[in-house]
Formats: sequence, structure tokens, C-alpha cells
Amino acid sequence: MSTQHLLSLLVENKPGILTRVAALFARRGYNIESLAVGTTEIEGVSRITVVVSLDGQPLEQVTKQLNKLINVLKIVELEEETSVARDHMLIKVRTDSSTRSQVLEAVTLFRARVIDVVSDAVVIEVTGNAAKCQAFLKVLEPFGIKELVQSGAIAVSRGSKSMSEKVIR
Amino acid sequence: MATETLTGAQALIRSLELLGVDTVFGLPGGAILPTYDPLMDSKKLRHILVRHEQGAGHAAEGYAAASGRLGVCIATSGPGATNLVTAIADAHMDSVPMLAITGQVNSFSIGTDAFQEADIVGITMPITKHSFLVTRAEDIPGVVAAAYEIATTGRPGPVLIDFAKDAQNGKFEFSWPPKIDLPGFRPITDPHGKQVQAAAELILKSHKPILYVGGGVIRADASKELLALAELLHAPVTTTLMARGAFPDSHPQHLGMPGMHGTVPAVTALQKSDLLITLGARFDDRVTGDIKSFAKGAKVIHVDIDPAEIGKIRHADVPIVGDAKVVILMLIAELKAQMKDSKPDYEDWWVFLNGLKERYPLGYNETEDGKLSPQYVIQRIGELSGPEAIFAAGVGQHQMWSAQFIKYERPNSWLNSGGLGTMGYAVPAAMGAKVAQPDRLVWAIDGDGCFQMTNQELATCTINNIPIKVAIINNSSLGMVRQWQTLFYNSRYSNTDLNTGTDTIMVPDFVKLGEAYGCLAIRVEKIEEVDAAIKLAMETNDRPVVIDFIVGRDAMVWPMVPSGISNDAVQYARDAAPIWDGDE
Repeated sequence: MSTQHLLSLLVENKPGILTRVAALFARRGYNIESLAVGTTEIEGVSRITVVVSLDGQPLEQVTKQLNKLINVLKIVELEEETSVARDHMLIKVRTDSSTRSQVLEAVTLFRARVIDVVSDAVVIEVTGNAAKCQAFLKVLEPFGIKELVQSGAIAVSRGSKSMSEKVIR
Repeated sequence: MATETLTGAQALIRSLELLGVDTVFGLPGGAILPTYDPLMDSKKLRHILVRHEQGAGHAAEGYAAASGRLGVCIATSGPGATNLVTAIADAHMDSVPMLAITGQVNSFSIGTDAFQEADIVGITMPITKHSFLVTRAEDIPGVVAAAYEIATTGRPGPVLIDFAKDAQNGKFEFSWPPKIDLPGFRPITDPHGKQVQAAAELILKSHKPILYVGGGVIRADASKELLALAELLHAPVTTTLMARGAFPDSHPQHLGMPGMHGTVPAVTALQKSDLLITLGARFDDRVTGDIKSFAKGAKVIHVDIDPAEIGKIRHADVPIVGDAKVVILMLIAELKAQMKDSKPDYEDWWVFLNGLKERYPLGYNETEDGKLSPQYVIQRIGELSGPEAIFAAGVGQHQMWSAQFIKYERPNSWLNSGGLGTMGYAVPAAMGAKVAQPDRLVWAIDGDGCFQMTNQELATCTINNIPIKVAIINNSSLGMVRQWQTLFYNSRYSNTDLNTGTDTIMVPDFVKLGEAYGCLAIRVEKIEEVDAAIKLAMETNDRPVVIDFIVGRDAMVWPMVPSGISNDAVQYARDAAPIWDGDE
């Protein structure tokens, strides 16, 4: 049985850190479902959000191995109930005069946005949790999806506490 | 703070000096040339010019393993750096504190496939504790100090620094000490008091405990503390291949080595135990055999400085993250407090274990072809050299016999390639050990296969006056592979003949080879010559010594648990399983 976990890593923004993290996953046979990297509110510190799917391996081994990397500052697992996670998608959908209004209706229903329109296609931007994004895609599929690009999930815990507290001394 | 204008190369040398490094093993080339220039003027750094970079790496390992200090090796970019890879991987598996310094092409040429360019940081990422690429001279002191800290603190390991040529040439204002900025590196050395308390409770409740001791005890310099703990409890001790010497072999509580070629008492004690007191060991597959059937009835206390080792292979009932020395001292204090005046009673356990020791001592048969018994040769080397000597082995039969038949009484006296199993480790490691401990007698006990991988370092030894002794246990074959072919492949000897024995064409002739390298080299074929040859080697200190011991090729390493099989099936000799009384 494979289970998905969403991990947030605070890392030093040093060359090679992404390779080190990715290589560790590859070497130990952990499967990365999605990955998002960016800078944070602290200079020199980046945040990696990784969704990993594990086949029976304990998550603890993953976090312990990641913690051994010198440039990794902190790791937390964000649980669904106590955190907010968002995916971001850009979707190019085939449209013509007969289908455009139906597509635009779906855009409104899912609170997505149209960011480019030409005569035979529209580009749509949608943000939401993974389930919403998948549902939206399903609605668009019959019209013909020409191109799909998505970010990995990014996530933050609910409440006022910050992950970076106590990390930087 | 006073500063001084230095080049990056000068700063590198100065930083190493200031960190207390006294020896580096290396070989220059284009991209590291700037560093070799100030190295020539250093009064504090001895550079030993090797003949192959792998030798520099293993020499640094031997230096570190014999002394407990950081070992340092240097190579140029590209092929120089890639030649270090085996030694770096070896140091990573065996937790050896090592610093590998490599030259790199100019920073503006990196990524252009420049001459002798290799992405050595990328190549070594999975086999180093950490690595750095330095492209600016001013970063050098901080990086070198950080590398030293990482390599030697917590669980030791290899760190690589790749220096772009322009970083070596650049000038900057040098000051010392630099600020070491490692916010993500916080090894835990002091254990959790509650865990130590829980461990003591578990120990005092157990009836059949065993101290399962790994190389971590040697790296933590905790042998004295281990002895005190073992004697306080009067519990049996087993020392893994990496821990030989952590506990005296002469001690009556010592059961010997566990694992694939462990003693019957050690293997069986682990299987029958109700509590493994695991100290700096990692449940390696060569120790546990089939993990599902390993020590099924035992609870586990697991002490390790690396949290990732705990629970990796075997669940720990009481996990303790900490430095072995600190943990053992705390455990002794806690046990004393909990025991008050009573002592745990392991009487029945010892009756069983002593029975095993009596019935299944280590032994060997004479060879059938009338040639020397390799075990006898190795045993005599150990007996005549004594416990103050250092013994380095490669990998294979000679390594196992050296682990079994030499009696170790002190830590850092046994050096070998345990985790990686690197052929060619012994000669350069012995060289490094002799440089670190010049007053000790240092033996490389090597196989005829292993010896042919790195014997060119004998030139380094002769020229630099490093008088090591090499005992080639020459069975004219890749002996351990041949043993498996005998046992598991119907004696079909596919590509294991090396033709170095006296009844072959003898290529190469190891005596001639040794002489060519300036060594005293002799061949020993008869039992009555063995002692005299060993004594001659011990008396000869103006050059290295090579002894070509011609031994029987059918000798096998026993006891043995075949790979992947339960340790319950340990064989004392071929087709001879121990006989168990009753249902013990």
C-alpha cells in the first residue's frame, strides 16, 4: 500500500541542495510525486515542498536521511487537517465559437481565470487543492486539452506558528 | 583581527596547518598545481607523494583509522579526482574521518568539458558526508574549517572540497579563525536521560543479554568505558568486523566476532539472546544474515550517534541517540544506581555460552596439498607481533582469517575495508597507519589478488622511508570468490585463478616485484620457515618487507553462514552444523 506524505523542508540556499535532496529520494527508492522550491521570508533559506509516496517504508527513515544532509535545516510533515495545500495549473484548452461559452462557464464555476484568448484556444489559470484541480481538468477534458503545466503542491500550516521559528539562531 | 594577503592556495595550506593537520597524501596535476607550490614551503605539513590517487585515499583512511585523527588526501581534477572515488566510498561506509581535496578547472570553464574536467562534487555526492565546490579564494578558510568540523564531528565520514584553479590563484585578506556557519549540522552527542534509564531497566530485567559492539565504539574512543560496562554486568561481548580490538580478545567475556564468518558462540549468543545491547553497530547484513530470523527473541537497545541508523534495519525497543562514550558512562552510572548492591544473575546464560566456547573454538584443518595453512601463517604473525602492532587487511579470505586468528587487545590496531569490501586497501592503509604511528609495527596482510591492485605504493613506502611489512597470503587465486564457487557453484572455478602460486607460471613473481620496489622480499613455503621470516621482517626497518607466503588454495573460511540464510544455520565446518542440546 502506498501512502502519500507532504513534507516541508527548510534548506540553506546552497548550490546542489536540490540535487542532494532529489538524489537521496532516488537512491533510497522513495517516489517523488511533486516538488516545489522557492525562497522564503528569510534570506538564504529556501523551502522545498515535496509530496512523496511510500510503499511500506516508514516516513521516519525518509526524514532521518534528509536530516543528515548538512544543508537541510528543518523538516516537518504537514497533515491535511492542520495545513493548507495548493496546486497551481496553467491549461491551454481548445475552443471554438460553439464551445467557448461552456469553457468560460466552467472557469467561473471553479473560480479559475482566463489569462489568454485566441480564436481557437484559451489559457486558463487555476489554483486549489489537488482534488479541485483534478475535478476541473476532468470538466475541461472533453473540449481538448492542448497543453497542461502544473506546479508541485505548496503548503503551509494553519495558525500563527511559523516553520522557520527556532531554525535560525 | 590581523589579516595577511594570501592566495587561495596559500590560505588552503595555512588553514590545514592551523587545524593541526600534519600529513597529506597526494599526487599533483594541472588544476591543483597552485596549491602544490606553497605546499613545498610548508614546515608543518608533510606531503607524501603516492603513485596512484587511490593509494592516497586509502593512506588517508589508514592514517585516520590508526590514529583517530583526520586523514587528508589531495588529487588533481578529472582522473585524479575520480581515482579517489573508491577510497571516498570506502571511508563513507566505514565512517572514517577523511578530507579529500581536489583541484578543479577554472570556475569560468566549469561545465564546458574542459581538459581534465569532471564533476567530482556530483560524482561523490552519495558517498560523502558533505562536499563543497569553492570558486572564490576568500571562501577557503571557512570551507576548510567547516569541512574539518563535519568530517570529525558526530558520525565521522569523508568530506570533499573541490577547488577551482582560479580560487587557488585569487588573492584575499586571510584571517583566522573563520566563522563556521553550519546551521543544519547539529549532531546529538548527549543522550536522553530517560532513554538511558529505560535501557538500564531493560538490562536488569534480561536473563540473556549480549553486548553487540560495532565500529562506533572505536570511533568514539569508548573501549575503556565498554570494558567497565561489560565487567559491571558480567555480560558476554561480541565485536563486529569493524570493532575488532574494541574489547580485548583475551577477556573471558569475549565471544569473538559475529556474522557470516563469526564464531559459533558469538553467532549463537545473538540468536538465543533476550536483549541486544547494541553499541555503535548497524545490523549489517553480514552480521544478521536473514534479518527476519535474526535474534528473534531479543529486545533491542540501540545506541548510535547517527539517528538514521536506529530502526533502519531492526526495530529498537530503546533507541538512544548519542556518543557511545557518553552513553556508556551514563548507562554505568544508571545501572549502579538501579542495581544497588545486587548484581544481575546470568549464571544459566554463561553455562550455555561456556559450553559453546568449549565445543566450538575457532580452528582449522591442515591443507590437503601440503602447502602452508593460511590460518597458521596469520596466527603466527599476530602472536609474534603482539597487541601493540597494527594490522591492515584487504578483503576476502585473508581478511576474515586476520579478523579471526589475530588476537586484538586494543582499539585502532585492526584496519580493514569492512563495509565496501575494497580490494587494494591493505598496502596503502598500512602505509598511512605507519606514517601516523611511526613507532608501531605495521603489517599489511594481503591476498595475492588484493595486493596486485595497489602494490605500487611500495615505491612510496621505500622512497619515503615508511617500513611497512607486507604478508601476501598467496593462494594463487581470488580466494573468497573461489570458496563460494566451491560451495555454491559446483567447484566450477570461473576466472578465479591468478597464477601467482609456485606450481603456476608465477606472474608476477612477488619476490622479484618486491625487490624491484626496493623492499626486502622473500618467499616462504615451509612451516619451519614461517617464524624466522616474520622475525626477519620485524627486525628489518631500513626498507619495507614483502613476504610471499605460499599457502594452500583449498583452505576455506569457517565458520560460515551462507549469504541470505538464517544465522541459526551457522556451519562450523563444511556440512557440519553445531549440535544443540535439548531445545536451547
